[in-house]
Amino acid sequence: MIETLFSLAFLTQVLRIALPYALAAMGGAITERAGVIDLALEAKLLFGAFAAAVVGHATGSPFLAVLGGLGAGMIVAAIQIFCALRLAADQVIVGVALNLLALGGTRFLLQLFYGEGANSPPVPTFGSSLLGNPILWLALVAAVALPFAIARTRWGLRLRAAGDRPDALVSVGVSPVRTRLAAALVGGALAGAGGAQLTLAVGGFVADMSGGRGYIAIAMVILAGWRPQLAALACVVVALAEAINIQLQVAAVGIPSELAQLLPYFLTLAVLIIAGGKHGRPPGSLGKL
Amino acid sequence: MTARRLIGILLAANVALVIAGWVFVPAAAKRAGSGLRVGLVFDVGGKNDKSFNESAWRGLQRARDELGIHVEYIEPSEGSDRESALRTLAARGVDLVIGVGFIFGPDLERLAVQFPKVRFAGIDYSPSPGVGDLPNLAGLQFREHEGSFLVGAIAALVSRTKIVGFVGGMKIPLIRKFEAGYEAGVRHVCPTCRVLSAYAGTEPKAFADPSLGEALASAQYSKGADVIFHAAGKTGDGVFAAARRHDGRAIGVDSDQYEAAPCCVITSMVKGVDVAVLDVVKQVIANEFRGGLHELGLAEKGVGFVADERNRHLLPIEVVTRVRALSEEIVTGAIKVPDR
Repeated sequence: MIETLFSLAFLTQVLRIALPYALAAMGGAITERAGVIDLALEAKLLFGAFAAAVVGHATGSPFLAVLGGLGAGMIVAAIQIFCALRLAADQVIVGVALNLLALGGTRFLLQLFYGEGANSPPVPTFGSSLLGNPILWLALVAAVALPFAIARTRWGLRLRAAGDRPDALVSVGVSPVRTRLAAALVGGALAGAGGAQLTLAVGGFVADMSGGRGYIAIAMVILAGWRPQLAALACVVVALAEAINIQLQVAAVGIPSELAQLLPYFLTLAVLIIAGGKHGRPPGSLGKL
Repeated sequence: MTARRLIGILLAANVALVIAGWVFVPAAAKRAGSGLRVGLVFDVGGKNDKSFNESAWRGLQRARDELGIHVEYIEPSEGSDRESALRTLAARGVDLVIGVGFIFGPDLERLAVQFPKVRFAGIDYSPSPGVGDLPNLAGLQFREHEGSFLVGAIAALVSRTKIVGFVGGMKIPLIRKFEAGYEAGVRHVCPTCRVLSAYAGTEPKAFADPSLGEALASAQYSKGADVIFHAAGKTGDGVFAAARRHDGRAIGVDSDQYEAAPCCVITSMVKGVDVAVLDVVKQVIANEFRGGLHELGLAEKGVGFVADERNRHLLPIEVVTRVRALSEEIVTGAIKVPDR
């Protein structure tokens, strides 16, 4: 049992489980830092997964499938921003509505495209090596580049201003809406890539396959104090706990699986309390226009 | 356009989509033949899940084509209200309403009382505590443990590592039946074999999480298992993905799942949901419908395993012969298969 936890296979498994969570969480962190409540992560994952299946099946290329996932995430983000900022709708409600739309909508589109209500035709995958999966590299690059970009670039400064003091942006002639849209598109692309990973990991889209991962991701964003790198780390902790839970079950050490399934949430809370979530604070204008 | 109006439109569009997904009544709904109207509500996974629901769908299609009944069906999505789907059909004056899956149990009981003229049938139905037999509710149960015993024996006979795996969906007594029978089958032919066992969760979504299924099966293959049997609905898709990745062997469930991974699926524990659906429709037509529980096991051909031309290259003939002999022993009662 113990030596399993230090094996390469175990590490690979943790990363595979972590990818959809972490990409969604980083996407959510960016969007929220720009001042938009991002409850629509579940929709971005699910539509991303669906688009990846459609593109992957049509073209036979897993790379294009990932691009399809990115695109779908961006489209959902664009709709979200349009409703939330242009039409000034309540951002929480927009998020929930999009999530529900994703549940029914992907099923409807499955029916429309393939005449099936539950799953897509098979989709080519990247093969068994995790290192050959560009989604992993995208996540790693994002985890390193996003904190840097937020802290040190003009784009990041404007993004933070859009989240904290949009009036300050207006005073220097920059549109907060555009800044937020740009941030949300980047965030949507990341979450959409997470959805593509869901599909590519099993070689097909299955209805409702996001299984609430988007909600876990947004919880991690909040726990991590809206810092994308910490949110991604929290997601790795969730994945670690999930993988340990799997190993505990398989090793049959006698811990009830119901109890072991609490582990991800328990461990994440513990880590974030210790790692100091208190430095994080919500963007000043989160959810406001 | 105000924000409020937009939200209204979004919600309305959503409701419309959900309903569109529901009432996808097949175009070729003929009214010839007996003219009986049969409504069916699918479980999580939907009618083309290559598994349990698909088997029910096949039975319904056969009933439509052979008996000339009028068919309506609903595929509720996760989170939508299953009870209202059953109620919709019952209220539309359908003669027989079938709920596919254990999850419909309490809803069927309530509706059977409210609609005494409509006949109800529940696949995998087991009565809630304190609820007796209802004259217009037939519970169609399967002795899954018997079929699982046979594929357990196959797994043990095919395994080289003498370690085999089981991946269950939601942790409930129904899925425990599969696991118990499987374990007993493994032990019967190979007392020293080990069975690794894991469940995807404790909620219905545990039947629709292929990523998790992939992770569970990968862990078992990494631990040395070389054959894995799943009873996990769509979560099982992940088991097949893991089998492809690890070049392992897998055993399908409910329907013949060879197509899902021709490299790896050595056999499937098939559940005659199609036969059960067809039979209950026939009973209604012949006026022989009876409420109460009906159990279908090996003897009734309600469960079994797949051995045909397609999986011959994965399943040695001597294994098939041996397991057919075991099947006979179960039918005659020489072997008692545990169900928990």
